[in-house]
Amino acid sequence: MKRFFDSELETFRSDLLRMGEVAVRQVRDALQALVTGDVKLAERVIAADDELDELEKRIDTEAIRYMNLRSPIATELRLVIVGMKASHDLERVGDEATNIAKRALRLAAEPPLKPYVDIPRMAGIAVEMLRDALECFLHADNAKAVAVVKRDKEVDALNKQLYRELSSYMVEQPGTISRALELMFISKGIERIADHATNIAEEMVFLSDAQDIRHDESLKKGDKAL
Amino acid sequence: METASSAAPLKRSLAQPPSSSDASGDSTLIDIQNLDFYYGAKQALFDINLRIPDKRVTAFIGPSGCGKSTLLRCLNRMNDLIDGTAVKRGTIKVRGVDIYGRTVDPIELRKRVGMVFQKSNPFPKSIYENITYGLRIQGVNNKTRLDEVVEKSLRGAALWDEVKDRLHESGLGLSGGQQQRLCIARTIAVEPEIILMDEPCSALDPIATAKVEELIHELKKQFTIIIVTHSMQQAARCSDRTAFFYMGKLIEFDETRNIFMNPKNPQTEAYVSGRFG
Repeated sequence: MKRFFDSELETFRSDLLRMGEVAVRQVRDALQALVTGDVKLAERVIAADDELDELEKRIDTEAIRYMNLRSPIATELRLVIVGMKASHDLERVGDEATNIAKRALRLAAEPPLKPYVDIPRMAGIAVEMLRDALECFLHADNAKAVAVVKRDKEVDALNKQLYRELSSYMVEQPGTISRALELMFISKGIERIADHATNIAEEMVFLSDAQDIRHDESLKKGDKAL
Repeated sequence: METASSAAPLKRSLAQPPSSSDASGDSTLIDIQNLDFYYGAKQALFDINLRIPDKRVTAFIGPSGCGKSTLLRCLNRMNDLIDGTAVKRGTIKVRGVDIYGRTVDPIELRKRVGMVFQKSNPFPKSIYENITYGLRIQGVNNKTRLDEVVEKSLRGAALWDEVKDRLHESGLGLSGGQQQRLCIARTIAVEPEIILMDEPCSALDPIATAKVEELIHELKKQFTIIIVTHSMQQAARCSDRTAFFYMGKLIEFDETRNIFMNPKNPQTEAYVSGRFG
């Protein structure tokens, strides 16, 4: 049976999907701006962040209104709660993308420290994680969500590796310090994006069957399956 | 004499500890197994299997005609009063004793299993007499004892402060919510073990409803309560377990928080979310 207010949830879902699309695009564009030194693209990323901020506010407002007036139960309640949390994560992903774009602007004015290999690789994994987590929103898939959670440590490892590498650059050639620091922060930003993708994947498992898999180390290590 | 002796097995058994427990560690008070129930040729309940825990609130939910009130009335054999009804298969055991067994007296059973109805139905007598009616039938006439029971029951039903100065006025002069609490007081006066409530708040305003719900929360310390309700929010607020019925069948029975957070059956989900039909 259709209810007269079912369309409200459809709008809520499409707003969240829209946020996901914009957040993924922002991360990709920020990385491309960095690698290619495209100043215009970096500026576009910075300007486009407002859309994510607006969507986050709209989703929160709608979720609160829906809980207040429609008394959602079961799947609907989980959708509204997860929608609020995931939109917060996506807004933060947008902030990280904006930060990367700002650093890309500064780096574009200087010669590259080294060819960009590890950072695009890291970002590639983070974007895939984000896409997979959002895919789980469209089609509940706990196995895929758990795979996202497990991949987080790949990004963590790359971030640590980059940290060590950039530290030695700074020690050996003090002239590289400002550029190396920018890259360290970018690397950290990508690592944070992967963390948000992990959160979203965990939220999607809660949406699908009310399981809370956060902070479950045995699941991350693969000792346990859902 | 026959009545008294036939009631003995049930009385004795009620004093014994419950025999089994469910997955949550709650002891089972009422054990319904493979129950088929008929109104004449029409089957109203199909193979019901349900274990109702002791000193908990269990909610029965489901659309009109799903059998929830029928099952409720099976638990104190109220259906015996309707011609042509019959439990054709299965058992209902209270602390291990089959309440449809030949040795069980339904009158004795109904002392142990009290009932509160949708529409409050005080006797056209004073508040005091409403409460003491059951005890007087049992032969209790000691004034001090009756006074004690009246105060205790009215306090138990959170009504004492509102009526203590007019105990000898008619129960029909009370507001709807007060009348319903009077009926609850009348029920607990005979110290039953189980209280059945059939949509006890459907005719009450939100304030009176809140008072009855508060009362249910208090009463479950002493009694096992089964409540039939059409209000999902009421079931969610008041009950520890929820059973969802549809077309005479038990579809799902679980802890209330599971039924309202993540029901296993899509029919349950559709019903609790208001999408049913």
